[in-house]
Amino acid sequence: MASLDDLKKRIASVKSTQKITKAMKMVAAAKLRKAQESAEKGRPYSEKMNNVILNLSSGISDKENAPKLLAGTGQDKVHLCVVMTSDRGLCGGFNSNIIKKAKSYFSKILDENKELKIITVGSKGNDQLKRIYGDKIIENISFKESKNANYFDADKVGKIIIEKFEAGEFDVCTIFYNKFKNVITQIPQAQQIIPLNDEGSENSSDESYEFEPDEDEILSNLLPKNISTQIFKAMLENSASEQGSRMSAMDNATRNAGEMVDKLTIEYNRSRQAAITKELIEIISGAESL
Amino acid sequence: MSEEFKIEIVNPEKSFLVKEDVSEVVVPAFEGEMGILKDHISIISFLKPGIIKVSSKSGDENYYIEDGIVEFKNNNLSILTSSIYNLSDMDKSVQQDLLKKAEEEAGKSDINDQAKYLVDQKIEVLKTLN
Repeated sequence: MASLDDLKKRIASVKSTQKITKAMKMVAAAKLRKAQESAEKGRPYSEKMNNVILNLSSGISDKENAPKLLAGTGQDKVHLCVVMTSDRGLCGGFNSNIIKKAKSYFSKILDENKELKIITVGSKGNDQLKRIYGDKIIENISFKESKNANYFDADKVGKIIIEKFEAGEFDVCTIFYNKFKNVITQIPQAQQIIPLNDEGSENSSDESYEFEPDEDEILSNLLPKNISTQIFKAMLENSASEQGSRMSAMDNATRNAGEMVDKLTIEYNRSRQAAITKELIEIISGAESL
Repeated sequence: MSEEFKIEIVNPEKSFLVKEDVSEVVVPAFEGEMGILKDHISIISFLKPGIIKVSSKSGDENYYIEDGIVEFKNNNLSILTSSIYNLSDMDKSVQQDLLKKAEEEAGKSDINDQAKYLVDQKIEVLKTLN
């Protein structure tokens, strides 16, 4: 059995760990509120953007000559995957959930003998992926300096993607991120952004629009913006998810530390009592033998 | 019959402005200024740097924008923009900063015609503000 001194030290160390996790939980809770708020506020923009694009693309009669960002290159050979993770750890299964989702997608693509290229956003994803897919990673972007997700950063990522698309480096682009459902649940998502996947388009508008300038020009200007917008949306969802995930992970850690302290305290008390009893027995038996 | 319609201006961070009772909006569309009244035909257009003027019962409001898309449909006007400032609480220093940045950009040699046109517009508008 460990000595009294050792136990005492362990209790102290578990307690200080508990203090740290508790503080992290509080910080995450405060940040979560902010992140959640901005994720909700950011939704109208991406929804509106999507709407406009849907209306536009339904208005395009000549699908053949539609911009490539909308229609794709007509091929399905090279896949670009943008894996968006956090820059910090200690947030439960947040990063590994995204990675898991991404990895299953990767192996599917590789099984089909297609080429795979990866861009990682956030250093944690890069750390986890470079061991297996190190040769596939073509770029690693990290926004450690910026505190909150902002549109400027998203635009940077969007521009990189578009540049590579225009250079013909890939045919299909998919982004991976965690969608924020609530504090406990975050759903890893794979969203195809190039070519634009008009899933769930309820094509509500039979209405004809007047365009100024013409459709093609609007579309070719709007689509790159839409990429950035989608990425920004993913970043907002991700940052809310990260904080939510960290909060529940730290909550669990705090609770576990509490249980551990209780257990160790009982053990400590027991062994202290045992030592006292032992001493008493020694004294008594010593006195008796006299 | 009322002559009012709804306007919504959103930027990526949030919903910037929602108003139910606007009577007229003037936007700097790509091919010239465009006034929108109730029952305007459905339209989608680009915006260039300029001033959005929103007229409602409570008076006129002016906003400076750098880019955007405007969509009008069923008497709902949506404006999507990534940079918008309310003129009444826009600092002179902010304007100066924007102007300086725009002038820097205009000075670049590798700029294409369309971007050049937009930057020139921006400079012009910003100069009239000061």
